[in-house]
Amino acid sequence: MGDAEIIPIGTRGRPGRGTGKQPSSAARSLAPQPRTGPGRPPTPPPEDVHDDAHDIDPTPDEPAAPEPAASEPVEPAEPAEPVTVAAPATRLAAASTRERHPLRGIPTAAWLSAFQQAAAEIFGEQWEPRLAQFLAFLRRRITGDYVVDEYGFDAEVTERFLMAVLRPIAEQWFRIEVRGIDNIPAEGGALVVSNHSGTVPVDGLMTMVSIHDRTGRHLRPLGADLVFKMPVVSSMARRSGATLACNEDAERMLRGGELVGVWPEGFKGIGKNYSERYKLQRFGRGGFVSAALRTGVPIIPLAVVGAEEIYPLVGNIPALARLIGVPYIPVTPFFPLLGPLGLIPLPSKWLLEFGEPIRTDEYDAGAAEDPMLVFDVTDQVRETIQQTLYSLLMQRQSVFR
Amino acid sequence: MAGGDKVVLVTGVSRDLGRRCARALAEHPSVRRVIGVDVVPPRGDVGDVSFVRADIRNPVIAKVIAKEDVDTVVHMSVIATPGSAGGRNTMKELNVIGTMQLLAACQKAPSVRDLIVKSTTTVYGASNRDPAMFTEDMEPRRAPRAGYAKDVAEIEGYVRGFARRRSDCRVTMLRCANVIGPHVVSPLTSYFRLPVIPTVLGFDARMQLLHEDDLRAVLQHCVSTPVPGTFNVAGSGVLMLSQAVRRLQRPTVPMPAFAVGSLGSALRSARLADFSPEQQAFLTYGRGVDTTQMREVLGFEPRHSTAEAFADFSAGLAPTGGYVDRALAGLADRLPSAPAPVGSGRGGPRG
Repeated sequence: MGDAEIIPIGTRGRPGRGTGKQPSSAARSLAPQPRTGPGRPPTPPPEDVHDDAHDIDPTPDEPAAPEPAASEPVEPAEPAEPVTVAAPATRLAAASTRERHPLRGIPTAAWLSAFQQAAAEIFGEQWEPRLAQFLAFLRRRITGDYVVDEYGFDAEVTERFLMAVLRPIAEQWFRIEVRGIDNIPAEGGALVVSNHSGTVPVDGLMTMVSIHDRTGRHLRPLGADLVFKMPVVSSMARRSGATLACNEDAERMLRGGELVGVWPEGFKGIGKNYSERYKLQRFGRGGFVSAALRTGVPIIPLAVVGAEEIYPLVGNIPALARLIGVPYIPVTPFFPLLGPLGLIPLPSKWLLEFGEPIRTDEYDAGAAEDPMLVFDVTDQVRETIQQTLYSLLMQRQSVFR
Repeated sequence: MAGGDKVVLVTGVSRDLGRRCARALAEHPSVRRVIGVDVVPPRGDVGDVSFVRADIRNPVIAKVIAKEDVDTVVHMSVIATPGSAGGRNTMKELNVIGTMQLLAACQKAPSVRDLIVKSTTTVYGASNRDPAMFTEDMEPRRAPRAGYAKDVAEIEGYVRGFARRRSDCRVTMLRCANVIGPHVVSPLTSYFRLPVIPTVLGFDARMQLLHEDDLRAVLQHCVSTPVPGTFNVAGSGVLMLSQAVRRLQRPTVPMPAFAVGSLGSALRSARLADFSPEQQAFLTYGRGVDTTQMREVLGFEPRHSTAEAFADFSAGLAPTGGYVDRALAGLADRLPSAPAPVGSGRGGPRG
């Protein structure tokens, strides 16, 4: 390592500090200005040259000087050159130290390259068009330059924001397994009828994201009027494609060829006690069947297993619920006890099974006005879902696997 | 009926919208004469419209109809805000008693063949139990108890009664969505003209709008080719309130529903905007109406969609916000040439 000793840093190999013969370069740069008074006019040109040289190639030179010297001792020709190159580099270092002012800040070029690197880090190789796209998206949102349909459904924000948030929960947390997805028609109106459970209607959101990811169709949920009364929830619901569960809206959507989702158990389903899990509640007045009969769309029964266990409902605070005006205040083993931690759903394993579509276009025109027929079809749908639930429960290994 | 022989009586011409509609009707080829009626003289130029100063709340209106041999009555004198009329009681009297007197006069006048009433979609109300789109045969989910919505509901009741009693008369009721345009002064336009727009926290209303030109066009259409019935009239498409405010580039202040009410009364006493309860419900829950009947039965197609009508309105308003968009626009302009400034930017800071 004898060669390493000639590394020319600072004083070109000569003892610089403490010898008293010549001030070190650092000391020279600290010296007051009048000392170089006479030589002042000539200094700016060299300074300019230094500045340019420093700006263009400071980094390639300075490591280049020691590297050949240290790692390639076999070649004698090489060390000679670095020394000569290194000599101006040293002077440059001295000059730039003087010129650099703490308040000068980071040059714009450095900011730009840092920004470029960060953009490449986030958006990958094609960062430029992708960042432009993202900016265009942001600007579109901020200037309101997007289209919603007559129900207030905003497809862009649903796909890019809501689905993106729900997808990891569906895939990683609940590990949803979907069966019989082929029963959903690729186009045209259809009515998905599902059981409802889980204290908080998470099953609706999970069904939406599962259907969207596997078929590319948006499930348009029908929600209770309470949904549209609650702040934030109301605007999110409309934006994600929901509308009020009433006959007018259901028929309008089905005629428009949408895939509509309905949970006929309503609050009776999600608010039932944990001990009654997987027992279907009353299916309302069968309004969804008459809507399907009037529009002639198929009814697709859906059984969801796993949603019952996410928040096991063990109690209710009816007095408080009446005071606030909600159907129930849930008490789960964790909820009021652990505070916000109790809001984390238990990671149960979910199974979604879509059953065979029940055709309604074979009935004659007045079928929707025949209450007996409507009750019969309602019972048929209900029984199908209940039987599918039982068979899924028997196939399930345990709640969490 | 064509050939320029119609004599049209238009009520409520003192205000800007009524005056412009009356002038537009006067220019229509099938109309011979337009008589404008109101309590106070119109403020602007009425053109070919002959103005008669008469109060529709007293029987003088019957004499006007009989004397002028009116065959078409266009009733536009239903006012939405108590502010201009001088109090809620006067407003209610003008709206309800005025309509009763006018209809009584029409019933006695055998010359009247057509009655066109400009109603509003406010009759459907706005609540969380509303269907997404109201058709003409639907009722409001909650009957209005007070205010403009109740006035309109009562007026519609009287008009239906008139249609029963005078079955030879063609009655057209136009339930117009909120009329918007550069010249319109209404609760909704004064709301959008606020420099900072208060919104109800956590709610986003769906809105349908009707351009003022389309309102004139639909009245002309109904006068020239009368079709009896009730029709929703609105521009196609739906605009969310948040979207509209963003297009205006005005800052918003989301506030809880109970605070909006007290702010509304403060704004009313400052005469900046009028936040009636039905207006607040509309800005909370929004409303959509189905316009299939308008297209298929009435045969009318608005020239402006909801978004276009709003764009025409907002073109005259200076943005008071929109800083974020301008910053993003600056960034986006710089972006496609981003690699270039790295090279050329080196000389830049020094020079």
